[in-house]
Amino acid sequence: MDELFYFIIAKYNYWAALVLLFIGLFGMIVRNNLMKKIIGMVIFQTAILLFIVSIGVKRGATVPILKFSPDKQPLLDATAYANPLPHVLILTAIVVGVAILGVALALLQKIQRVHGTIEEDEILEDMRK
Amino acid sequence: MTDQAPALMILVPVFASLALTLIGPLGHRAAYGLLIVSIAISLASALATMVQVVQTGQSVHYRMGDWIPPMGIELVIDHLSAVVLVLISACALLTAVYSMHTARQDNPDRLNHYYALFALLVAGLLGMTATGDVFNLYVLLEISALSSYGLLARGKGKAYYATFRYLIMGTIGASFYLLGVGYIYIMTGSLNMADLAEILSRPELEASVSVRIGFSLIILGVWIKMALFPLHAWLPNAYSRAGTTTACLIAPLMTKVSVYIMLRIMFTVFSADYIFQQIAWSHLVIYLASAAAVLGMITALSQRDLRKMLTYIIVAEIGYLTGGAWLANTAGYTGAVYHILADGLMTLCLFMAVGAIIYRTGQSTAAAMQGIFQRMPVTASVFLIAAASVVGIPPTCGFFSKWYLLQGAVQAGAWVFVAALIIAGLVAAVMFFRLLEMAFFGRLEDAVSENGTENPHAVPPKIRLEEVPLTMLLPLVISGAALFGLGIYTNEVVQYLIRWSVPAGI
Repeated sequence: MDELFYFIIAKYNYWAALVLLFIGLFGMIVRNNLMKKIIGMVIFQTAILLFIVSIGVKRGATVPILKFSPDKQPLLDATAYANPLPHVLILTAIVVGVAILGVALALLQKIQRVHGTIEEDEILEDMRK
Repeated sequence: MTDQAPALMILVPVFASLALTLIGPLGHRAAYGLLIVSIAISLASALATMVQVVQTGQSVHYRMGDWIPPMGIELVIDHLSAVVLVLISACALLTAVYSMHTARQDNPDRLNHYYALFALLVAGLLGMTATGDVFNLYVLLEISALSSYGLLARGKGKAYYATFRYLIMGTIGASFYLLGVGYIYIMTGSLNMADLAEILSRPELEASVSVRIGFSLIILGVWIKMALFPLHAWLPNAYSRAGTTTACLIAPLMTKVSVYIMLRIMFTVFSADYIFQQIAWSHLVIYLASAAAVLGMITALSQRDLRKMLTYIIVAEIGYLTGGAWLANTAGYTGAVYHILADGLMTLCLFMAVGAIIYRTGQSTAAAMQGIFQRMPVTASVFLIAAASVVGIPPTCGFFSKWYLLQGAVQAGAWVFVAALIIAGLVAAVMFFRLLEMAFFGRLEDAVSENGTENPHAVPPKIRLEEVPLTMLLPLVISGAALFGLGIYTNEVVQYLIRWSVPAGI
């Protein structure tokens, strides 16, 4: 029991990302309202971003900027710094995500103007006419 | 200049795209000219790089900003990427020339913005092919995907909903890819492809579950992007409702570049040994590919709309390509790479011919084909060549790619795939024979008669030649000639380019 508890607690960031990932997928695939699909898509993307950001975290580490330790010695030990690369990658991925969200919202507005609704079944019915 | 060719190839369309958003007041001719010039520079750079790769027999490494890999991002152009780069820029240039009339018809307002997205898409595709960094690939994948959403949504009306579905599926695909890259990064701490390949070949990582999950997620993402059966549902609607120019640009290139990425991930980042010994999905993938080829062609046969028919042909061709890549032998791999070229040109040619027919007749159902040989002889002849290539009749290139694929399938003992290739070819033959029969023998009055009754004594109306304008005809003829050219020079293409890129271990 302890082992299972440890397994879940020690890797809580993975579990959180996994739960968010499935909430997002559920929203995208099951929901009928296109706005809710977009919300699902954003949750899905954010889950992945959080997952990758969380791997750069290190206990007791500091920001990766060269600075001095309390006894005025330059801190050059790599283990003292958090890994900056995941953050940089995710910064780029966030920008990509925002661009996709923008395009999706613009498309949604156009769909609403053409079909008069954003419910998927009603759009499909409208297209069959 | 040639030193900088790999960077120029990608950057010139990017800056042209920025400039194109600003030059609206100068009118459509300026936009058209700028687009063609920028893509022609890309094509020249791609050709120069290919010549360099063939002459030296080594891949070209270009360090962006002179940062040393694996820290910096590098562009790596080897024999495989060189051919795909030339294919992309050549197809884009032909489509750009072709777009003179169709793009204006589809986009009466703000044509320069349309062309800006066009240039950005080309830059994204070229970047995806040239990059040697898996995260950079993700960003460029999204750049080209975003510009393709913009282009496809310009089809108006029903295109909006189709594009929305493509956006959702495309985002799921790209996100899976990113998640897979995250897994690989956790295990290796690197993003550079060559560096990854070195780290992943260490025995302690071979059996790692995380690496395996990372690979599976990346491949799943790429399969969604390339519309492999059964993940193809978004493609036919999105592509068939787009404008003519958009369809000519996106249909041949997007899915082929995704196939290229699959090959890159399978054989450059991972190795043939790892894929076929450790992962060992070959049987499953070959079944999927065979299903894609047969079902894609049969669905294409049942379509009344010409464009929709062509989009299902793409789904079938993706089956050929995937099957070839997973056969795990040299002939299959050669067939898959050669078919990227052949199918890119074939699809371009078919979409251009159908676009020309729609431009003249104003309708996109199969009935538009009636009497086309009398009205538009050149367009119809090129359509005939492209059809022969899809069916696989020598000396068009479609025959040779099928020949290699069949050879590979027989060597691998994948009889399902052999059967699928033959059946799909026969179905394609039936489909095109039906269309070409209408095109040859269909009478002109059939196309216009509304009550459907036929009067055998009616005097046939005088035939008018209604060929499309020269800017459309010229790219069409060039792409048709390229199908023959590629077919005739198959040996040279395989010997100087494809043979060099065959990965070790297959």
